[in-house]
Amino acid sequence: MNAFDESAINKFKSYFLIFCFSLIIIALGYVFGTIYGNGNQGIIIVFMVLAFIIAVIMALVSYYLGDKAALSISKAYPANRRDHAHYINSVEGLAIAAQIPTPKIYVLPDPSINAFATGRNPENASIAVTEGAIKKLNRVELEGVIAHEMGHVKNYDMRLMTITVILVGLIALLSDFFLRGMLFGGGDDNRDLNPVFLIIGLVLAILAPIIAQLIQLAISRKREYAADATGAILGRHPEGLANALKKIKKDSLETKNASKATAHLYFSNPLKEGFWNNMFSTHPPLDERIRRLEAM
Amino acid sequence: MDPILLIVLIVIAAIVLYFIAAYNRFVILRNRIANAWAQIDVQLKRRYDLIPNLIETVKGYAKHEKKVFLEVTAARTALMSATTLQDKAKANNQLSSTLKSLFAVAEDYPKLQANQNFMMLQEELSGTESKIAYARQAYNDSVLMYNNGTELFPGSIVAGMFKFTQKEFFKTEEVEKEAVKVKFE
Repeated sequence: MNAFDESAINKFKSYFLIFCFSLIIIALGYVFGTIYGNGNQGIIIVFMVLAFIIAVIMALVSYYLGDKAALSISKAYPANRRDHAHYINSVEGLAIAAQIPTPKIYVLPDPSINAFATGRNPENASIAVTEGAIKKLNRVELEGVIAHEMGHVKNYDMRLMTITVILVGLIALLSDFFLRGMLFGGGDDNRDLNPVFLIIGLVLAILAPIIAQLIQLAISRKREYAADATGAILGRHPEGLANALKKIKKDSLETKNASKATAHLYFSNPLKEGFWNNMFSTHPPLDERIRRLEAM
Repeated sequence: MDPILLIVLIVIAAIVLYFIAAYNRFVILRNRIANAWAQIDVQLKRRYDLIPNLIETVKGYAKHEKKVFLEVTAARTALMSATTLQDKAKANNQLSSTLKSLFAVAEDYPKLQANQNFMMLQEELSGTESKIAYARQAYNDSVLMYNNGTELFPGSIVAGMFKFTQKEFFKTEEVEKEAVKVKFE
């Protein structure tokens, strides 16, 4: 399979994901509506419409403004030819290899080694690497990192992840509605409701957001492997990327201005690895990524 | 309606839809090749434009290295007058190797090495060189995909009907960066 197919599959996955999450949301809406509305169709519909409106607003905002927010939160500034000639040339070269327009090129004021890509499609993409990466990585390694980011851009990963994050957030929101409703009021109406149904609702409300979160993280980790692979196809130097990952491992500086909210964007996990962070990590373990790259 | 007639109609509709999809795919692939080719030309032109500047800068420090200057200039002219794909590939390799010897000569002049302008030109030229390599890679990848499409059944029927003929690869004598084998899971 080649990198061109990968983006087509990703676009399909985006739609499939929307479909699956819609089913979960409808199920949640149905169960909650039944509990609160005693089967009243009107309340179920109000629930669904409300959820839908919130989803659309969230989707539009992060779809069109997400990249600018990510760049400004991380304090990125545009790269210039005088100081970052090699970096700019690498991005331009890899964009040629990927046959997409050159993304906007930014530098992150941070001594750790990291990078991210953002933007809703290749025409509106931005790539940013840290000052630390430009200084500490050699040419082949930096090119490997950029090739990985170009892989994200080419594969439409940012679109897929944006949609995933929104849907996961929506499920969390719905569950939150429900649990708050249980705590404050609502108790009077469901006197004659089947307690089994109430328990199902409760379990669903607690489990759904956790499961959704785990799905999101699994997708994110998979996209990292895919971007490593696409990057290797584009740059023809998987060992450059592997060496960059090794340097990151030794470096172990946390990236400032990165938080749980923006962690999924980065090239390597900006937060330190540990049992908890691995289980709920947006990135696969470095060792496994290096192993796969070296096997190519 | 007669069920047999209905089935026949559905089959015909499916075949027509397939032909449209296959035709459009060939057009997209062919345009991708044209675009990749244009990109190679852009980068070759860029290198062509950088060379006089480079020679001037080097001359300022290494006047008597005339042989190298002549070689580079000759290779540059040869590249611009090349028209066919194979000629361009050959002239491109020739220019790359003469530039390599120019930079090797420049290493003997520490003052030149420290020259800001020279450093910038060197970076730009090596950047352009790797862009040419990337553009060639994109071109060859596109040609491979297109050629596979024209040969594989049943796409080959559509290709034959609408004259989507095989395209030539951009071959190079230097050791090709090896294509990596990648498994998507």
